[in-house]
Amino acid sequence: MTQSNDHTGGIVLTSLSKSYGSVRAVRSIDLQIAPGETVALLGPNGAGKTTTIDMVLGLTRPDSGSISLFGMTPAQAVAAGAVGGMLQTGSPLDHMKVRELVSLMASYYPHPLDVGDALRRTGAAEFAGQWTTKLSGGQAQRVRFAAALVGDADLLLLDEPTAGIDVEGRREFWQAMRAVAGRGKTVVFATHYLEEADAFADRIVLMSHGRIVADGPATEIKARAAARTIRGTLPGADLAGLVALPGVAAADRHGDTIILSCSDSDAALRPLLGAFPEIRDIEVGGGSLEEAFLELTAADKLDPEVVR
Amino acid sequence: MTHVRYDILRMVRNRAFLALTLALPLVLFLSVASGQRHATHDGVGFPLYFMTAMAVYGAMFAVISPGARIARDRASGWTRQMRITPLRIRADFAAKVLTAYLLALPTLALLYLAGAALGVHLGATQWLKLTGLLLVGLVPLVVLGLALGYLLPVDALTPALGGIVVLLALLGGVYGFQLATSGPMFDVMKALPSYWLVQAGKAAIAGGGWPAEAWIVVAAWTIVLIPVAAVVYRRSTSRI
Ligand SMILES: Nc1ncnc2c1ncn2[C@@H]1O[C@H](COP(=O)(O)OP(=O)(O)O)[C@@H](O)[C@H]1O
Ligand SMILES: [Mg+2]
Repeated sequence: MTQSNDHTGGIVLTSLSKSYGSVRAVRSIDLQIAPGETVALLGPNGAGKTTTIDMVLGLTRPDSGSISLFGMTPAQAVAAGAVGGMLQTGSPLDHMKVRELVSLMASYYPHPLDVGDALRRTGAAEFAGQWTTKLSGGQAQRVRFAAALVGDADLLLLDEPTAGIDVEGRREFWQAMRAVAGRGKTVVFATHYLEEADAFADRIVLMSHGRIVADGPATEIKARAAARTIRGTLPGADLAGLVALPGVAAADRHGDTIILSCSDSDAALRPLLGAFPEIRDIEVGGGSLEEAFLELTAADKLDPEVVR
Repeated sequence: MTHVRYDILRMVRNRAFLALTLALPLVLFLSVASGQRHATHDGVGFPLYFMTAMAVYGAMFAVISPGARIARDRASGWTRQMRITPLRIRADFAAKVLTAYLLALPTLALLYLAGAALGVHLGATQWLKLTGLLLVGLVPLVVLGLALGYLLPVDALTPALGGIVVLLALLGGVYGFQLATSGPMFDVMKALPSYWLVQAGKAAIAGGGWPAEAWIVVAAWTIVLIPVAAVVYRRSTSRI
């Protein structure tokens, strides 16, 4: 990582964990984000992105670990109006018009944006007089975006903000987002679109199975992705032992096949052969970030912990 | 405050709900009491008794019903969006309580008018005393509505609210008869705010107000329910 350890002004997640029954949604992640950064949380469905964002927003209580937002707890930061969020779910309140709902959200914050301004920036101005229950999916998404923006909070967390928006809408969305990030706000967004993460974030945090498996500038991640997944046949594999190997971020099993998601597959390979000499059919996944990402997605579908 | 304004506006815009809340007790009162204008009940004229009873019925529905809206807003997911704004629990509760009472007041006013039309005679202080006691006695119902709204899923809420109001009404003597006047059943009835709400009419006429027992029952329910509402409110941030 390129960041220094002095982040009292930013976001610091330390050993953050959350389980739902036997599903370990977030497994002891550490993350530091400096003020003004735009960071993508990239990962397939079930990676733990929403759980992480909900914990940062104070909506979900972590099992263990700590969260500091500009030196405050999530609850304090929310109370201070320092946080704005666009959640993965939530349809606008009924019996209200779009402009009214955005005004209502603005009224909670100490220094909100002008409501008309927020509506224009998010492309919601055209239907500001519409009832919230009469909106198309893409329109509702813009209203949610306007509601998240209008508080003019220093930290914006967006959970899959372009889900359900068409290509044109996406382009407009990211244009608006760029303007916000350009004003010095800290922006964290979750996505499973590689192109979005690549195009709009300064930095990509790749999540899989509740862990951070890569973190850095998009270019650096691409380089690392060149050889990042190790597959092999290893009947009765000891997953805990595999995870403990250097350079291994996560280990999964599908039948007799093991899949190791690596932060450094070179570092993992030698000790792997030493510790598990019976391993056969070893493949080291290479290629683009896209391929590495697809690999992760595929592994996800097979992972018994996720399927359950 | 914008939050209060929109909370009220959203309720008023729900026309069907508003009409039903206002009309139902009124229609019941007129249809039952007009036939028994000169009867007496429990020491007072039947129209007064039944006017109070229907006022209680309508007002209980009115003040508990914001719970249904809370559950709908939770189901839509927007409640979580509100929780990441600086809006505080006190301000949110205050708005919901105010909205609940604003819905109860026209219900009372309509029934008073209907009561007066059927010959209920009360002095100005008696009307005020009656209204004051009703508003105080409704406090536990308001808080119960909030608590259930944050606790139950929207599907379960409508039957739950309806069931609770009907049960409280039945045991409180709202339907024009009392299930018991002595024994353990009567003790149960006297432990409910709805019983004392219905008795408010009698107390207002006598001029003496409620007995201490009534104040204790209402206060006890309120003291127990407020922390419950606060706890379920704070818990209601989980994904639905
Ligand atoms: N409320 C919940 N109850 C049970 N399991 C949950 C709950 N929320 C999330 N999970 C599980 O936690 C894992 C991570 O989910 P999530 O954080 O939503 O991932 P993402 O947002 O990356 O798709 C998934 O396996 C999901 O099924
Ligand atoms: Mg998600």
